[in-house]
Amino acid sequence: MDTKKITNNISAVRLKRTAFLFMVLFSLGFGPDYGDTIVTGSIGEPRTLVPILASDSSSAAICGLIFNGLVKYDKDLNLIGDLAERWEVSQDGLEITFYLRKEVRWQDGVLFTARDVEFTYKSLIDPGVRTPYGGDFQMVKRLDVLDDYTLKVFYKEPFSPGLASWGMNIMPAHLLEKEDLNTTKFSRNPVGTGPYKFKSWKTGEKVELVSNHDYFEGRPYIDRYIYRIIPDTATLFLELRARAVDYTSLTPIQFRRQTETEFFKKNFQRFNFPSFGYTYMGYNLKDPKFKDVNVRRAINYAVNKEEIIRGVLLGLGRVSTGPFIPESWAYNKDVKPLEYDPEKAKALLKEAGWSDRDGDGILEKDGMKFSFTVITNQGNDERKMALEIIQRRLKEVGIEVKIKIIEWSAFVSEFIDKRRFEAVLLGWSLSLDPDMYDIWHSSKTKEGEFNFVGYSNKEVDRLLLDGRRTFNQDERKRIYRRIHEILYEDQPYLFLFVPDALPVLDSRFKGVEVAPGGIGHNFIKWFVPRDEQLYTR
Amino acid sequence: MGKYIFKRAIGLTVLLLGITIITFSVIHIAPGKPTDLQAQFNPKVSMEARERIAHLYGLDKPLYVQYIEWLKRFARLDFGISFMDSRPVMQKILERIPITLTIELFSMAFILLIGIPIGVTSAVKEGSFYDKAMTIFVFVGFAVPTFWLSLILMDFIGVRWGILPISGIKSLEFEKFGFLEKIIDLSRHLILPVLVSTFGGLAGISRYMRSSMLSVLKQDYIRTARAKGLAEKDILYKHALKNALLPVVTILGLSVPGLIGGSVIFESIFSIPGMGRLFYESVMARDYPVIMGVLVIGAILTLLGNLLADISYAAVDPRIKLDDRI
Repeated sequence: MDTKKITNNISAVRLKRTAFLFMVLFSLGFGPDYGDTIVTGSIGEPRTLVPILASDSSSAAICGLIFNGLVKYDKDLNLIGDLAERWEVSQDGLEITFYLRKEVRWQDGVLFTARDVEFTYKSLIDPGVRTPYGGDFQMVKRLDVLDDYTLKVFYKEPFSPGLASWGMNIMPAHLLEKEDLNTTKFSRNPVGTGPYKFKSWKTGEKVELVSNHDYFEGRPYIDRYIYRIIPDTATLFLELRARAVDYTSLTPIQFRRQTETEFFKKNFQRFNFPSFGYTYMGYNLKDPKFKDVNVRRAINYAVNKEEIIRGVLLGLGRVSTGPFIPESWAYNKDVKPLEYDPEKAKALLKEAGWSDRDGDGILEKDGMKFSFTVITNQGNDERKMALEIIQRRLKEVGIEVKIKIIEWSAFVSEFIDKRRFEAVLLGWSLSLDPDMYDIWHSSKTKEGEFNFVGYSNKEVDRLLLDGRRTFNQDERKRIYRRIHEILYEDQPYLFLFVPDALPVLDSRFKGVEVAPGGIGHNFIKWFVPRDEQLYTR
Repeated sequence: MGKYIFKRAIGLTVLLLGITIITFSVIHIAPGKPTDLQAQFNPKVSMEARERIAHLYGLDKPLYVQYIEWLKRFARLDFGISFMDSRPVMQKILERIPITLTIELFSMAFILLIGIPIGVTSAVKEGSFYDKAMTIFVFVGFAVPTFWLSLILMDFIGVRWGILPISGIKSLEFEKFGFLEKIIDLSRHLILPVLVSTFGGLAGISRYMRSSMLSVLKQDYIRTARAKGLAEKDILYKHALKNALLPVVTILGLSVPGLIGGSVIFESIFSIPGMGRLFYESVMARDYPVIMGVLVIGAILTLLGNLLADISYAAVDPRIKLDDRI
């Protein structure tokens, strides 16, 4: 025992010494090198760099480097302060007080203050502004600026997801107050508080950012960030191979079959970790075939999820059992996926009154065949392939599945919004707050709302409300884990899989750290040693 | 001639109006809404927000009102504001035209420069090995899928041999280059796209040229020329070729709208920010003002191209008198 203690002490001393040595080295300028450029390749072009109007992932990615919110998620998916140093939530949960960082400057030199937050909030609730994000802020009764660095938000009722909604990028009041946000030139020439400054945007080609030397968390090591728009994934991959692109995402095929070469291992670092989303098959619960929960459970038994992951994702994913991010605190690890068991499926279907009376291999009940059509959107081969596997497995238990693929916009407005489907194969990408009120609450089933399967469960309704009303993390944990459990019991969706995110990055970039939040969380700490830098001006 | 053009112009205006009514109706009646893609199925985007955005775009008004408003703006040559990024449609189209036009003009020039000689020589040597080999060559170009050929060329020339850039139209450091460097950089980026586009277009012109030349060579006046004892060279290139070129003029007239039309597959593969991609992206996003803008400009150019072909017919062929034809 004693020896262990001593060794511990020694290593503690050593650790301190090393830390000291590092500090000395850093102060002498032996830290990571500044310089170089990172070129990311993406198939989508951003639409606008006015953050509250940006609804596509490309715009959001770039806005995220130029702007900051009051709060943000750290690498372990906990909410921490960003432009806000700290915050307080009142006992009754109706007031949030934000204490802002002082001495933060906009990239044009003007000081950031609470006025900017107020301006952003007012734009979000302005009916004349084309923002899609007004929803969360409708719960705000009013916002008071107490002084330049303190502000208080009053809610109509306690609303815990509201806290995360303050991760919304804050816009500079002094530049935008007199502008029409819908048409402002700012959308292609933004000024923020973030680690990178906007430099240029060549439509259809690239967006270029340069590092902000005065960033409040320190100057980013990489000097330049170039977002190249390459709409074809095959071309993107060739550009990567030619090392003209440093950072992009791979498909499972590329990850498993095309990047296992010596060249890739030497020149690139590949990552795989669960993405923030899941794929599911949703039933139209108004449809008589799917009313019986035993039928839905039978389908869950009959479909082999592992097989889909092997076949479609080449193993790069995991079985999903519920609607939360697997790495988040809301995810209930006690919910175990049901084993693939076609015999059990058949028994359950028989119990529910379905049997094959005419011997054609398809079950019937009350003169109705068990045959249904699953619709999904065009342009997503993973979904199509998953459906083909489901089709085959369900046929084995006597259910006929037809597949219909529809172009996205028509799919949403004609089929999903109007509830004209029997079953649908889709994916949700998830926000980090587990509040799922809009997807699962029984009041959200009107046209265009997101509970399009028509799910209704009194306990879930109550839990969803409770989950929004408390800021107590343990309490919320209990609530969302219970919701997870009930949803897996009720099977309104056939939860299929969580695909892996598969980023690939040139190996000259160092300091990359994988965490539950992905790899982007410490982007400003990435660096390239001087002798490996590729873009030197 | 002046009277003819005037009459045609009135006819074309009416026709254009009809085209706008039909296209406007079709794109608005087609399923899908601009707000679908804007929202990207994000549960944080409520139905109210989507309806509010639709209202701000004026999409909740009756269709005929929307059309009349569009027409009023169009009369002032204003195509409105894009739904996607709130920029003027005209500006979005104008910034895309130069690159598409450049590539199309270059490939058109190469197609003519290579295609016409191929057609003429094939016709002269009809049935020979050369003729057959050329037929196969141009049809391979016609039949090979653009995306496949492009990717193969990019893989070998761009990645493995590293001779030319793979995609895009400029290098990342383009802004820092001098004038000459800029020209060289642009040309290097344009070689592959122009090559692929030329190869694919050879079949059309060369086959037209070949059959037109063949039919001319069977004419009486060619026999007369031969009987007179003219040199074969003069017969072919002075007498026959001039007449055989006539149909090619028609094709050129019809290809005017194609000059700015661009191609989606092609531009996507080479990451060229041209018209084809703009159109495709706006259709996918149901960006009605941009779709209308591109279609109407295309329609105007098609109509003008036809008119131009008719007029130049009269210029090339004295037998055609335009005034008789209306």
